[in-house]
Amino acid sequence: MVRGTEMAGRIPLVLLACGSFNPITHQHMRLFELARDHMQQTGLYRVVAGIVSPVGDDYGKQGLVASKHRLAMARLALKSSDWVSVDDWESQQTDWTETVVTMRYHYNRIAAQYHSSKDPPTGSDVPQLKLLCGADFMDTFKVPGLWRDDHVEEVVGRFGLVCVSRGSLQPDRAIHESDLLSKHRRRIFLVQEWVHNEISATEVRRALRRGQSVKYLLPDTVIEYIKEHNLYTQDSEMRNKDVKLRPLTKQTIQD
Amino acid sequence: MTSQEKTKVVLLACGSFNPITNMHLRMFELARDHLEDTGRYRVVKGIISPVGDSYKKKGLIEARHRLEMARLATQNSDWITVDDWESQQPEWVETAKVVRHHHAELISSENNNDDVDTVKCGKRRKLEKNENIRQSSSNNTGADPPYLNLLCGADVLESFGVPNLWKPEDIEEIVGRYGVACITRCGSDPEKFINQSDVLYKHRKNIHLVREWVTNEISATHVRRALRRRQSVRYLLPDPVVSYIEERSLYSAESEQKNADVILAPFQRYTSTN
Repeated sequence: MVRGTEMAGRIPLVLLACGSFNPITHQHMRLFELARDHMQQTGLYRVVAGIVSPVGDDYGKQGLVASKHRLAMARLALKSSDWVSVDDWESQQTDWTETVVTMRYHYNRIAAQYHSSKDPPTGSDVPQLKLLCGADFMDTFKVPGLWRDDHVEEVVGRFGLVCVSRGSLQPDRAIHESDLLSKHRRRIFLVQEWVHNEISATEVRRALRRGQSVKYLLPDTVIEYIKEHNLYTQDSEMRNKDVKLRPLTKQTIQD
Repeated sequence: MTSQEKTKVVLLACGSFNPITNMHLRMFELARDHLEDTGRYRVVKGIISPVGDSYKKKGLIEARHRLEMARLATQNSDWITVDDWESQQPEWVETAKVVRHHHAELISSENNNDDVDTVKCGKRRKLEKNENIRQSSSNNTGADPPYLNLLCGADVLESFGVPNLWKPEDIEEIVGRYGVACITRCGSDPEKFINQSDVLYKHRKNIHLVREWVTNEISATHVRRALRRRQSVRYLLPDPVVSYIEERSLYSAESEQKNADVILAPFQRYTSTN
């Protein structure tokens, strides 16, 4: 809710959220709202777009339902949003795609649009792209084999992170404990979510398996979609149970 | 147990609803799931009863807005309704009186065979009070009025201990004659509180503790604070409520100062009678 005149000269910013979105919830959508408010209130940025990029099925995470459903649900949820949209490039790739590759794709696309546009807004730079995530995401950097060091360097150092705290999870500690993250701490924007809200997609799936209500945790349209397709069941939660997460098999641990 | 043998329950939530949030709405869903999961109850209706302006709570905006927001928030619910009786009274009404009023209403509608049922056929619109509804097959003739439960958070239960906020006989009536469905919150220990209160302990069978395993604390105070700071509250409240607030710039630093120097109605009433 910042006035137009205050936006002049600011760096345009696109926020990209990668994740399972299994299913998308109000919590996910809150991340975008919180991040936009925070980045605009620094006075430096003008958030121009948000992108939800659901991971491909080859990620191999337990309980992951088909990407066509996850995409459909995200689209339903974001139908009424005038700035956040869903992108299927990542999920359409033939194998699991590293986050940095997805970021490069979107950055190149945004830059190309900017350069080919006949009337770029005066005084406006090429939009920046940052990865939007929750505090739990920060802890994934230290899981062996999950991230390549050079990828972390590029995601954080070249692009940047906007990280929203979550419940008792504070990202400061994860940054402190990692030399790589600490080196780039100025590229990591920490957003406080003061509302203590631990509703997660995992909890939503659990409630659905037990026939409990999930109303008001996700949009009604998404709940209807889930019911129509009988998406989340004991069976669906067992998918990929004995499968290794794809990043761990695709990437070799660098010594 | 067949459907006819289950006790019908109506959940009544009193509060400021200033504004209503997704958390308030979740309370109804959680309580209904919990009670029906016992196999003994069938929750047939939920009632939101916003407090009147004469409550004089700091930052309380006009009842007409709070009522309308609650209506917008429940337009997609087939069992939760909004009632304006409490807010239409000229003076602040004790919660026990509100419960008594709704209990009487339920009994009289039972006697008229207007059985409000929440058959879960998805697309059914929210029922207006007094609409002629199809009779239930159990042909309930008012022999068993619905069990009316006050729906609240653990903080309300614990507020029973605040001096001059509640009349002791009102607490006795609410838990003894009616019942309470209390949503427990991380960090609160309502069982301990019940144990330490003789009147609550006596009626512990009427106090249903609904465990909220996953914290979901969207407080209206936080929402108002965010609005004052021009921050987004989207996805914390239903979209139509967000729009309603934005269109009217309802919550501001000014609105938060309302009643700043005024004593809360219950304190005023009870301390003056001492």
